[in-house]
Amino acid sequence: MRYWSVLFALAAIFSVGVFLYAPFSPDWWLPNPASDYRHVVSTFGREIDSLYLIILSITGIVFIGTQVVLVWEMFRFVDQKDEAGKPVRPAQYFHGSQRLEVIWTIIPAAILVFIALYQMGTWASIKFRSSAPKVPPVAEITGRQYQWVMRYPGPDGKLNTQDDLFTVNDLHFVKNRTALIYLKSSDVIHSFFLPQMRIKQDAVPGLTIPVWFDADTAGKYDLACAELCGWGHYKMRASVTVHETDEEFQKWLKEKLAEQNQSQLTMATDSQER
Amino acid sequence: MSSEAIGKGSGSAAAHGHEVDHGHGDDDIHPAPSYFIFKYVFSHDHKVIGLQFLFSGLIFFVLGGLLAMAIRWQLAWPWKPMPILSQALWSSPSLGYQMPPEFYNKLFTMHATIMIFFVIIPLLAGAFGNFLIPLMIGARDMAFPRLNMLSYWFMWPAFVLITYSFVVEGGSAEAGWTSYPILTIARWSTPGSLNGQTFWLLALLFAGISSLMGSINYITTIVMLRAPGMKMFRMPMTVWAMFITALLQAFALPVLTSALIMQTLDRLVGTNFFSPIGWTVANAPPVVGGGGPLLFQHLFWFYSHPAVYIMILPAMGMVSDIIATFSRKPLFGYKPMVLAIAGIAGLGFIVWGHHMFQSGMNPALGATFMLSTMMIALPSAIKVFNWLGTMWGGRIQYTAAMLNAMAFVAMFVIGGLSGIFMAATPVDMHIHDTYFIVGHIHYVLFGGSMFGLFGAIYYWFPKMFGRMMSERLGLIHFFLSFIFFNGTFFLMHIIGMHGHPRRIADPTIYPYLQGAGITGMNQFMTYSAFALGLAQLIFAYNFIYSLFLGPKAPINPWHANTLEWTTSSPPPHYNYARIPTVYHPPYEYSVPGISEDYLPQTEPMPPGIVLDPVMA
Repeated sequence: MRYWSVLFALAAIFSVGVFLYAPFSPDWWLPNPASDYRHVVSTFGREIDSLYLIILSITGIVFIGTQVVLVWEMFRFVDQKDEAGKPVRPAQYFHGSQRLEVIWTIIPAAILVFIALYQMGTWASIKFRSSAPKVPPVAEITGRQYQWVMRYPGPDGKLNTQDDLFTVNDLHFVKNRTALIYLKSSDVIHSFFLPQMRIKQDAVPGLTIPVWFDADTAGKYDLACAELCGWGHYKMRASVTVHETDEEFQKWLKEKLAEQNQSQLTMATDSQER
Repeated sequence: MSSEAIGKGSGSAAAHGHEVDHGHGDDDIHPAPSYFIFKYVFSHDHKVIGLQFLFSGLIFFVLGGLLAMAIRWQLAWPWKPMPILSQALWSSPSLGYQMPPEFYNKLFTMHATIMIFFVIIPLLAGAFGNFLIPLMIGARDMAFPRLNMLSYWFMWPAFVLITYSFVVEGGSAEAGWTSYPILTIARWSTPGSLNGQTFWLLALLFAGISSLMGSINYITTIVMLRAPGMKMFRMPMTVWAMFITALLQAFALPVLTSALIMQTLDRLVGTNFFSPIGWTVANAPPVVGGGGPLLFQHLFWFYSHPAVYIMILPAMGMVSDIIATFSRKPLFGYKPMVLAIAGIAGLGFIVWGHHMFQSGMNPALGATFMLSTMMIALPSAIKVFNWLGTMWGGRIQYTAAMLNAMAFVAMFVIGGLSGIFMAATPVDMHIHDTYFIVGHIHYVLFGGSMFGLFGAIYYWFPKMFGRMMSERLGLIHFFLSFIFFNGTFFLMHIIGMHGHPRRIADPTIYPYLQGAGITGMNQFMTYSAFALGLAQLIFAYNFIYSLFLGPKAPINPWHANTLEWTTSSPPPHYNYARIPTVYHPPYEYSVPGISEDYLPQTEPMPPGIVLDPVMA
């Protein structure tokens, strides 16, 4: 039954087709702003996506190549019997080819080393501490079951002072400006995942890890927890707001500070007066 | 060397007990035990032990599969009442027929734990390793039959503990099969860490001891008990794969064992191996600490990355045998294939850090692990090319076993190629812990190992039980499994690329995952998963029916060359009345100049044929 090859061909066509269709649907493609889903908002995102597409192309070609050979073999080299029940042709008798083994060892090895070396620069610029930007941090972010606690520097511009602003599940920074945060965890391991900026870093109790990223489009984005952290892991989501200008960000900071500094007594009396 | 010693005295075939020259050759035939309990329960016979592993593995496969169905239900229709389970477990007014989120975490934790430690490893190494190794090298039994029996019965505490853990207070473990501290050592961090985690740890300890006993036995048996003429490079790929798998297990398992014991001590005794200074969970008072949470990840993955190869290498070996048999052709590049397996095993020890690229480990270390991980794709690629070369110019016979083996090749290509994405550290930043990795692991472990296992069951069932399985049902089962397998798992790459995190009970929490496309794909995958599950009923029916009522199997139904096909189906207690003598490598199919298209290893090569010393 040489037509079993059709089943394998269909599976391969389905696999390739899925990836060919993906760029035409905002839900299927890499996560980007809904209004302009082909635009990657962050610098690192653009680099990572181009590396992703390079690997996708290389693996796609290898995939199509191997599947074509497999399907062709299934079709061509099927066992056929004549009327007497004897095989129409014998199988070829050979044990391999040194030349082919050398070829298909060296070429994939070269491609794999190329892929690995080609990625190094981007990896170093995203994660190596030596490439951390020399800017004051936007915030210190602490994961705890099941929320992200953000601590912003107050009017004095310094973290860990009396006037710091605390928010929960609300990250703000300014567009076109590298945002540096310090990532911590106060209980179990969490993971700081910004899908639209392609950033992921685990928050490990006992460690303070610097993470930096940017965005060129103002708007609302998502922060997810990507490391299983307990029963409420699925809902450990924060919203990310990228401000158009620094003034806008400062205005938000001021409002929040005023809210935070309001004493509970005034809040209580306020509501009584109303 | 050893093989010659064992072969002395071959020639007298009778089972004449112990009186002559104890321990050498044919005289070493023990009568089969006559009591039921020693014959079928506490058996020393490697074949019976293999079948015990086979049946327990298949039973846990049903349980693990059902857990997967519940996972898929929740992902397609979050919080909607589920048939049966909602009525049985969540009918109280406080729950309102909804699956509690911690239950979802238990589902995927136990699905992975059961499938990895109680299905795939016991089936591949336990069932087929036990059954095939002595038969394929021409031995009467394992080197240490009693140790072999213990290796199965040490699984039983593990079976009991893991099953019982579902009903302890707080329920079963729910920290993922990776079981990262601190979630697992803080008893109040999540319900499953209260008691379930302790049961999980103990179950894995027992399973690990069982695997270790098995691997010692396999190594010794393969080194010492080969039949005369069975040189190392005349062993079938299955035996080579089992040998290298056993070496991997023997060297990697102690590390996991120590990590599990440390975690148990942290939980029960109050040690601080994995808890950092001043750490606290759920408003409990802080502990002194002083340990490192990342230490566990290093120890765990030092075992569990090799474990991934423990779960695929035996399948690769068996698939090589099946493909050569049904292509009626010598395996393409037998020696390069052996070297590729050895290369995978060697490199497998220096790639564990690729699970930890985003963990807070020094990123410079990540860069080196990226290079080693890329290189491990090379031996896998070589194997795929050699399988394709084996089929080239063959006479391919489409049996159920062959189709499953071909599906292994086709699907393993996808699983292997998707691995390259994760090996690249910057790309891994985005797809780490998303559905992309879930798709990848299922293409390797279901598309690879499970199709390999199905192929192996169809292929060796006649030898195991002396009866044939139904080919027609086998083909239908394969057809449906292949289609719905791809339907279930391929789109995971797409939603993973879109950033769908794994291990979340409700994706609709996130605005970027609320689109109709994501929901549609999740529902499509769920329908496919249900169909995939139902298709296995055909397999179960075929298996059970053929066990009792299948047509009697001949000695060599597939016209294969390896030694197990020279003894009766099923083989007698002592395997071979006369220890066979081996004359050539196992893949001499369609040798020119002889009438049959196969040449058993026990028959000499026809004159004038010289084997390529580098390839064959």
